[in-house]
Amino acid sequence: MNARNIAIAALSAVVIAALLAAPYALKSYGLYILSLWAVTTIGAIGLNLTLGYAGQISLAQGAFVGIGAYCTAILTTKYGYPLPFTYLVAFVSCFSIGWVLGYPALRVEHHYLAFVTLAFTTLVYLIFRNEEWLTGGVSGIGGIPRPVMFGYSLRAPAEFYYFCLANLAAISLAFWGLIRSPWGRAFVAVRENPVRALSLGVDTRRYTLIAFALGAGLGGISGVLLAQLVQFIDPSPFSLTASLNLLLMVVVGGSGYFFGPFVGAIVAVLLPEWLRFSGGLYLICYAILVMVLMAFCPTGLIGLAGRFLKPVSKPAPVPAREQTT
Amino acid sequence: MSALLSVRDLRKSFGGIVAVDGVSFEVHDGEILGIIGPNGSGKSTLFNCILGQLQPSQGEVRFEGQDITGMRPCDLNRRGVSRTFQLLQIFPQLSVRENLILAGQEHQGTMTTRLFGPRDAGLASAAEKMIDFFRLRHLADELASSLSYGQQKLLDAAMAFMSGPRLVLLDEPAGGVNLTMLESLRERLRAINAEQRATFIVIEHNMEFVMALCTRIVVLAEGRIIAQGDPASVRADEKVIEAYLGH
Repeated sequence: MNARNIAIAALSAVVIAALLAAPYALKSYGLYILSLWAVTTIGAIGLNLTLGYAGQISLAQGAFVGIGAYCTAILTTKYGYPLPFTYLVAFVSCFSIGWVLGYPALRVEHHYLAFVTLAFTTLVYLIFRNEEWLTGGVSGIGGIPRPVMFGYSLRAPAEFYYFCLANLAAISLAFWGLIRSPWGRAFVAVRENPVRALSLGVDTRRYTLIAFALGAGLGGISGVLLAQLVQFIDPSPFSLTASLNLLLMVVVGGSGYFFGPFVGAIVAVLLPEWLRFSGGLYLICYAILVMVLMAFCPTGLIGLAGRFLKPVSKPAPVPAREQTT
Repeated sequence: MSALLSVRDLRKSFGGIVAVDGVSFEVHDGEILGIIGPNGSGKSTLFNCILGQLQPSQGEVRFEGQDITGMRPCDLNRRGVSRTFQLLQIFPQLSVRENLILAGQEHQGTMTTRLFGPRDAGLASAAEKMIDFFRLRHLADELASSLSYGQQKLLDAAMAFMSGPRLVLLDEPAGGVNLTMLESLRERLRAINAEQRATFIVIEHNMEFVMALCTRIVVLAEGRIIAQGDPASVRADEKVIEAYLGH
């Protein structure tokens, strides 16, 4: 293990320990914000797969979070289904819709694809707002339950916070396995050079659709947890702003880096809270910070950290025979 | 002897411009066929039509007797047809070893085993062999972006062979490569041809390289075949001299 990996492992251990100890130091609101960080990180991990690893821009992640949240709200409050069932429904629904939404990505890319996904987000938002018989419209749906595991209620802020952390840990591990597998390498190939990837037998069409679908599915899971966290949902958190916010998390954190969404979610969820000391100026401070960061570090905060943690790079050795020419 | 690849009356036009005009030829098992011609003679368009990057306007391409006209490049690759590109096409953010594993991984197992199986897709030893074969051992863990141009060309060629293809189409493999590296590349290609009986089609402007490597040469000019035969007869063909010298 080199010095860089030791530094990453040590930092991760400190952060995990701090997260586990947080309920002993924070009150309800602090735990709510940390739970929100964990929940949105899951949504950002999904977008990081679609955008960061497979290179497909999507402005639809907020809509998938909304679909997951409404699945949970409707199934638990109107039909009395248990929460684990809503995970399944939300994931399968978002995965299927994400798969279908991925088809335009096979024909258009970059800003054209962004507009396709933007239109989808607008459509979903309108459904949430206007289909009152199903979604409750602007009045929303309240009374969403929190889970009970082995007869033990996770209703209290600290218990539910640990539940969110456990979900984040499980999804992070699964995502780590995914990007370390040959699939992860294929996603990078699709992003870096789809023409060459095709010529090497990589079915770019299939991997693009999988990236869209899995990213959307994780958005759905994020929505399931969000519904349980806030216990009341209405359409407003799932407008285009939510998708832009998730995009910000991935880009600011470091698109295509495993830890990017974790750091990006800190910036998007926690930083505004930390800047509240500046009173009414906090949104201006926040906007300026993000602009400065993007101007000077387009690879995001993880990319910036990578510059400092990078081992001294050696030029590739040139064989003696090549040196002679 | 039946042909490994058979191209029949292939034509590709872009609006009013005919880039490939009724080209027919065959490639046999173990052969190294060179395709030469002046700039704009349709060589790369012909390659792209054979390999499914472009849909031909007319004609037929058969591989091992089966019609592969317009087949997707990834499906062609799985059938045993591989290629390199005129411009370097490697994955700069991956190491040399990772590039090689990527080049072969889609030929291993199924989507499920590639998700839950080992990270190297069982290709570690094959990648090591290819690294040694192309003399890239000292660069195996370097990012592909840190290699010199000639080394990247070697890697590009090595990637084309990772899946053990029956037929490899090499688009200007010698372009921009220095003399020493060129000799190394030619020697490696000959060795693969001899050891694995791999069949090549090579597009190249470097006449010395083509004449020394290929067993047969097809000459294109303005989208049509103007001459074909062994290197010596092609070199002496008046039409070829005229096409190249322009008189």
